[in-house]
Amino acid sequence: MSPENDPALRRGLTQARLSRRGLLRGAGALGGAAALSALLAACSIPGTDRNAAAADAIDWTRWWAAKRKAGVLDFANWPLYIDQDDKGNSESLTRFTAATGIAVSYKEVIQDDPSFYAKIAPLLRAQQSTGYDLMVITNGWQLTELIDNGWLAQLDHTQLPNFAKYADTSVLFPAYDPGNLHTTVWQTGFSGIAYNERLTGGPITSWDDLLHPRFRGKIGMFSDNTEYGNAALLAVGVEPTKATRDDWKKALRWLERLQPNVAKFYDQGYTDALQNGDIWISQAWSGDVYQVQAGGHDEIRFVTPEEGQTMWHDAMCIPITARHPVDALAWMNYYYQPETAGLVEDYVNYVCPVPAAKDYILNTIGDAPVANSPLVFPTPQTLAKSHEMYVYRDYADYAAWNAMFDPIAQA
Amino acid sequence: MTAAAGAVPGVRGGMRRRRWARMSVPYLLALVGSAWMVILFLIPLISGLTVSLMTGDVEQGYTLTWNFGIYGELFGPGADVPYTLFLGRALLYGATATLLTIAVGYPMAYYVAFRVRPRWKTPLLSLVLVSFLVSFIIRTDMWAFLLGGQGPLLSLLHRLGVGADFHILGTPAAVIGGLAYNSLPFMVLPIYVALERIDPRLFEAASDLYASPRSVFLRTTLPLSRSGIFSGILLVFIDCAGDPVNAQLLGGKSTYLIGQAIQDTYLTQQSYNVAAALSTVLMIALGVILFAYARVFGTDNIEDLV
Repeated sequence: MSPENDPALRRGLTQARLSRRGLLRGAGALGGAAALSALLAACSIPGTDRNAAAADAIDWTRWWAAKRKAGVLDFANWPLYIDQDDKGNSESLTRFTAATGIAVSYKEVIQDDPSFYAKIAPLLRAQQSTGYDLMVITNGWQLTELIDNGWLAQLDHTQLPNFAKYADTSVLFPAYDPGNLHTTVWQTGFSGIAYNERLTGGPITSWDDLLHPRFRGKIGMFSDNTEYGNAALLAVGVEPTKATRDDWKKALRWLERLQPNVAKFYDQGYTDALQNGDIWISQAWSGDVYQVQAGGHDEIRFVTPEEGQTMWHDAMCIPITARHPVDALAWMNYYYQPETAGLVEDYVNYVCPVPAAKDYILNTIGDAPVANSPLVFPTPQTLAKSHEMYVYRDYADYAAWNAMFDPIAQA
Repeated sequence: MTAAAGAVPGVRGGMRRRRWARMSVPYLLALVGSAWMVILFLIPLISGLTVSLMTGDVEQGYTLTWNFGIYGELFGPGADVPYTLFLGRALLYGATATLLTIAVGYPMAYYVAFRVRPRWKTPLLSLVLVSFLVSFIIRTDMWAFLLGGQGPLLSLLHRLGVGADFHILGTPAAVIGGLAYNSLPFMVLPIYVALERIDPRLFEAASDLYASPRSVFLRTTLPLSRSGIFSGILLVFIDCAGDPVNAQLLGGKSTYLIGQAIQDTYLTQQSYNVAAALSTVLMIALGVILFAYARVFGTDNIEDLV
C-alpha cells in the first residue's frame, strides 16, 4: 500500500482530533462534575447526638420480649483473649454450645479501641448491623461514646442471674456505666508499674520514684493519654473519677517533670524493652507482667504504687443493631459461672471478675500458680488501692483532655 | 467502496457508525483507567479537602463552613501543636531515607544487571523481594529487637568499648534506617529495569571513544538509568513521608511524625477536619516537592521516564 493510501494517515490528516489541550479541558470538566457531586455528597457529616435520645425512649422490657433466641452468636474479641488449645478450639465456647445449643462464631477482630470504633461507627450511625452480637470494648472514650450515642442495648438483668450471684464488687457499679446498664466486665487489668530489678538495683514503690534523675531516659509510659493522664492524677493524690480541670493541670505539671526521664511512650513492646534493658521502669498492665514472669523472667516485677494504680475494664456489650442479642445475653450469663470464668482465666491471666473461679482453677483445673497469683485474684488491699479512671462527660470534655495531655507524648 | 456506496441505501450511516466506533476506541480503552483515577484519587482528594473545611465535632456533626482558617491554626505561628515540625521532620526523614535507598540500592541493581550471569538474575531479584513474604509490622518489630538495648548489635558494640549510654532505638537514625530498609525493593527494582534496558554496546562505544570507566558510568550509565532513579524516588519518598509505623515501632519520644499525627487526630481524637487538613497539607507538600524535582531533574518527555 502506498503511503498516500494508508487509511491511518488519511484519517490523521482529514479528521479533527482532540488536542492535548482539549482533552485536558474535557477531563477538567468531567473532573469538575465528579468533584461537585463528591462535594454535594460530603457537605456534612451527621452528628451522633440525636441517636442518644432515641435509645432513651426505648421500652427495654418490650424490646427484649420481642427478641428470640437464634442459636447463633457472633462474638468480636481481642487476640489471645479466650482459652484456646493448640488447634485454636475454646473449651469454654464448646461447653457453651453444648449447654445452650448456640453456635458461636468467635472472631479476634479488635486490635485497639479507636480503630475498631472507627469501623463500626458508620454502621451503627446508619442503624445497620455491625455483624457482631457481642463485643469487648475497653472503658474509655469509645465505650462512653457507644453508650452516649445510644448504640448499645440496655441489658436485661433478669436474664443475668450469674452476674448478680458471682460478680466481684470491683466490677459492679462502674463509674463509666452506672448500674451495669449496658456492660458486664470480661476482664479487668491494673495499670501499675513494672521494673527490671537487675537494672534498677532496688525496689520501686511509688509513681514519685519515677522522677528520680537516676532514671533519665530509662522510663517507659503508655502512649494512650488516658493511661498516663490518670496515672499522673493518682501521682498528685487526686481520685481520677472526681478530678477537676485544676487537678488535670496539677497532673500535667507532674508529667512535665517526668518527661525528661521518659525514653518512649509505648503502644506495645514495653515488656520486651524492660527485658532487654531499653528501659528500666515502665507503666505496665498486670496481665502482661504475669505472662513475662510465667516465661521465667523473675527480674521483672510488678508493683502497685503507694499512690494507687488505675484499673481498666474490658467490657462485654451488645450493639443495639445486633441480630442475635438474646444469644449474646445468654453468653454473658454463662461466662459469669465460676467454671467458665475459670477456664478463660486460666488462659488469659488478667484480673478475673469472678472470685469464685479461684477454687475451680485450684481444685478442678489444678493450676496453683494462676489461682494463687495476686495479679489474677488480687488481695482486698490491692483492690483498695485500685482506682477507676476518669470518665469523659462528652466530646468537648474529651477534646479538652486531649488538648491538655497530648503534648506530653507528642514532642 | 465508491462503486457500492450509491447502490446500497443506509451505507453512509453505517460508515459514520464505524468511524465513530474507530474514534471512540482509545477513549473506551482509557475508560477503566479514568474511572480508577476519578473514584480512587479525585473523589477522595476532593472529599478530603471538603472535610478539612468543615467545622463541628463528632457529636454535633460536621458542616461545611469553608473554614480556610484551619490551615493557619494548624500551621501558623500560633499553632497549639507543632504540626509544622512534624511535617518538616517527616519530609526530612523521608528524603534522607530516599537518599539512603539510592546509595544502597543502586549498586545492588547495577551488580545484578551487569555483573552476574543471566541465570542468577532471577534468584537475586527474588532475594530482594523475599522480605515481602514477612509482614511489614513483624519485619519492623524484628529491627526493634536487633537494635534494642541488650540486642545483638548493641551487645557487640558495648563489648567493643562503646559507651553504655549509646543507644540506637528511639533515635531519628533508627526511624530513617527502618524507612530505608522497608522501601529498599521499591528503589532497586525500577533502577534494575532501567539498567537492564541499556544496550551494553554503548559502553563499548564509550570506551572506544577513550572514556575512562568512571566517565562511562557518569556520562552513559547514570544518565540512561535516570528514569529508574526517578520512579524509585517517587515510590520511596511518598511512601516514607507519610509512614506512621516505623516511627511508632523504632522511634522514641522526639520522632513524632505527620503520619502518626494524621492517624491520631483521625482515630483517637476523632477531629476529622484536622486529620483531613493535615493529610491535604502533606499531599500538597509532596506534590510541590515532586513537581519541582521533576522540573529540575526530570525530562520534558514523560515517556523517557517509564
